Amino acid sequence: MILNIIAIFLCLAILVMAVIAVIHKKLIIAIIASGVVSLFASIIFLLLAAPDVAMTEAAIGSGLTTIIFFYVLNKIRKESNG
Amino acid sequence: MVRKFLIFILLATFSVIFINLYQDFKGQDKLNDLSTYYAENEPQELGAQNIVTSIVVTYRGFDTLGEVTILFLAASIIGFFLKIKESDKNKKRELRKTSEILETASKILVPLIFLLGVYVFANGHLTPGGGFQGGAIMASGMVLMLLANPEKDVKHSLFSGIESISGFTYVILGLLGIYFAYGFLDNRVLPLGQFGNIFSAGLIPVIYTFIGLKVGSELTNIVGNLKETQKETE
Repeated sequence: MILNIIAIFLCLAILVMAVIAVIHKKLIIAIIASGVVSLFASIIFLLLAAPDVAMTEAAIGSGLTTIIFFYVLNKIRKESNG
Repeated sequence: MVRKFLIFILLATFSVIFINLYQDFKGQDKLNDLSTYYAENEPQELGAQNIVTSIVVTYRGFDTLGEVTILFLAASIIGFFLKIKESDKNKKRELRKTSEILETASKILVPLIFLLGVYVFANGHLTPGGGFQGGAIMASGMVLMLLANPEKDVKHSLFSGIESISGFTYVILGLLGIYFAYGFLDNRVLPLGQFGNIFSAGLIPVIYTFIGLKVGSELTNIVGNLKETQKETE
């Protein structure tokens, strides 16, 4: 029961974050929102008894991808300014 | 207007498809034939406590080799396109000083993250996790190190060396399976050992260690390449 409530809450949070990631004007906030989507998705994978997938999603989806997006954002911002 | 209409049609089509999928979905209350075979025979056949690992590394080992190759291709293509000029390479960037919190925390956390990564891929055959996950965790430790010392660069020759040596060893270990066991990437080259021990499941922990090193160094190389492009002049 309590797991169901947590799962529903996480799914709603994922939907909200995904919409923010698509429509927000500030790219930094969009990147962080997409990282949060991956983080919550990894918790859902854990609840669905798939810890292997959850680990991959948490490490790559929310960790490395976010950092890579930030590096790329910094670079394209420099190029559009200069 | 037309564009918005098209988007609406696309969304409606997707929702029809997904509603059909959702209504046809029935949860299975027992394992199907293949899963039953794996669950019943895997402990005697391959001796790995984590069945997922034995499927990924041995039963479907060829797929894993393909995945590793794809990752290698992705990393090398990124390295090729993000190559920067020699004159830009030694340039100093003016950066804000790293905050005290990040610096201190990275000193404590980086060794722990590396230890966790090694644990995850060395225990891949016992607990959830494995080479890919452990490699990604180690690469995120490297990223933390790069963030705490922004003036340092990734040593590409070192990581490329680790990466190619472990990829090569992975294929050689797979070939050993043809001669000493029952096929390519078979894990019964080494004795299976006691079920549930760290030295068990034959070649699986060895292969996963090399996959972990390979994935970790590839991801570190990607991040390092992206970091170096920040130096480029506009």
